[in-house]
Amino acid sequence: MDHKRIGIMYLLAVGLFFTVGILFAVTFRLELFSPGQQFFSNGVYNRLLTTHAVIMIFLFIIPGIPAIFGNFLLPIMIGANDVSFPRLNLMSWYLFMIGALIAVTSVIMGGPDTGWTFYVPYSALTEGRVVLPIIAVFILGWSSILTGLNFVTTVHRLRAPSMPWFKMPLFVWAIYATSWIQVIATPVVGITLLLVLMERFMGIGIFDPTKGGDPVLYQHLFWIYSHPAVYIMILPAMGVASEIIPVFCRKTIFGYKFIAASSIAIAAIGSLVWAHHMFTSGIADYARILFSLLTFLVAIPSAVKVFNWMATMYKGSIRMETPFILTVIFIILFAIGGFTGLTHGALSTDIHLHDTSYVVAHFHYTMLGGGGVMFFAALHYWFPLMSGKMYNKKVANLGVALFFIGFNMVYIPLFIAGMYGMPRRYATYLPEYTIWHRTSTIGSWFLASGLILMLVNILWAAKKGQKCAPNPWKGLTLEWTVPMPPPEFQFKDVPVVTHGPYEYATGASHE
Amino acid sequence: MSHEAEHPHILPTSVYVAVWTGLIALTGVTVGAHYVDMRHLAIPAIMVVATVKATLVLLYFMHIRFEKPLFPLMIMVTLITYAIFVVLTFSDYLYR
Repeated sequence: MDHKRIGIMYLLAVGLFFTVGILFAVTFRLELFSPGQQFFSNGVYNRLLTTHAVIMIFLFIIPGIPAIFGNFLLPIMIGANDVSFPRLNLMSWYLFMIGALIAVTSVIMGGPDTGWTFYVPYSALTEGRVVLPIIAVFILGWSSILTGLNFVTTVHRLRAPSMPWFKMPLFVWAIYATSWIQVIATPVVGITLLLVLMERFMGIGIFDPTKGGDPVLYQHLFWIYSHPAVYIMILPAMGVASEIIPVFCRKTIFGYKFIAASSIAIAAIGSLVWAHHMFTSGIADYARILFSLLTFLVAIPSAVKVFNWMATMYKGSIRMETPFILTVIFIILFAIGGFTGLTHGALSTDIHLHDTSYVVAHFHYTMLGGGGVMFFAALHYWFPLMSGKMYNKKVANLGVALFFIGFNMVYIPLFIAGMYGMPRRYATYLPEYTIWHRTSTIGSWFLASGLILMLVNILWAAKKGQKCAPNPWKGLTLEWTVPMPPPEFQFKDVPVVTHGPYEYATGASHE
Repeated sequence: MSHEAEHPHILPTSVYVAVWTGLIALTGVTVGAHYVDMRHLAIPAIMVVATVKATLVLLYFMHIRFEKPLFPLMIMVTLITYAIFVVLTFSDYLYR
């Protein structure tokens, strides 16, 4: 029931699912190497695509940073010995694994072919196996809610008395904001998916217009959760960036309170923009204008963070270690993802770009370039703490370089093809798109080898790595005061916090 | 535990009985409303009654009235979020 052990258990499970997700992606990109049908029928392609999305979203990126690093680090960072409800925490892990096993079973039995959004009417009618994945997502959501509840309570109740709200590390702020979204938004998707099952099995007309239902209502309900869910994916990543940047620049973070508040602002405004997924679904013009405005507003707190990170780096004494390089890559990729997002927020351009591969490129820049990259940054930053060992930095940097080259090779062509009108989710394409798809497929090999190199390097270090001296990055947050790896009860006495989390300029240190 | 010992919050049984009687009476109002022709006010009326009932349960049976302000605040955050979701969704349905 130790929170650190549960964190590591999540790490192993999530790492495995992530690898499977990459293999699915590389597999269906092979089909797109040339126009026409190569290896898979359209049905198999749809299943591969859907399974890739379901695995990556529900089994990698949503639990990724909060469940692994949140569990391992949140209690240590606020000076506690565990989360508020350790047993509930273990139960979340079991629920996660049960949900994951059901999802895997559904893949073996043929897999869903609806896309990860399970849109009605198709999901209520298709022959594909959608019931099992829907139940899986429901159980995974349950796990997510319990983790969120646990973290909110922990931050409120178990902070060391000497740590007021505005002395908490920014990672804790980010996890706190994320947890609120998990608690408030996740039940909505649970209800929605149950409604789909009711429609499927009992013929109740909730979404079917012939029975008096409304298919667009499904999209409302689905995105009320699933849009905030993208902030569940990105906020913890931003929290990790706010930890890593000051450590490797030896400077206080620029605008601590603004970064903390922007996490809450992103959580709040981000919950109010869901209908921007539905601009072409025939919703009211009035609603489209309102949601377009709200969508543009989210850019403000996101930009606050990016500018504050840049200002932190300015005139810092920067050390180019692997976690920092990944963080810089994150800022670049996330900025590209953010700016290309604005073109969807604008109503007129969205009509042209909606459901093209441009959208695919956009969200991979924010999700994989944001959440995914920061997952690896967090792994490389906290791995010495988790294991007491150090990985081979040269191999890690080589993996990062391969990843960065591959990443841009995969998605820049998809932006261009999308602007020329290439629809997303298609198993084939017209010959004029060949150059873009071929570059993208070749890029996916670099991208995958970069990621696998990083993972193997970490695994190798966990087994045979060299012992690492305490506090290798010279961080000032509480997790670097405990032994590496931390014992079951890391704090014999409640620690007394005498300095802020990033006060490098004043010469504060743990030694 | 010591916290609870200082403020026992144990209400006399009469309060619970009174709240329970109130809830039963309000249920009667909801049933009775069916027999009164209120046209488009019917749904708002029974929704108001239901809200009052839920509030009574929260305040007395769930003891929210005697908790620290943080707990009512958290409940309000959830309720306000829900209200905003409904209002924003109806920005579509009312103007479609």
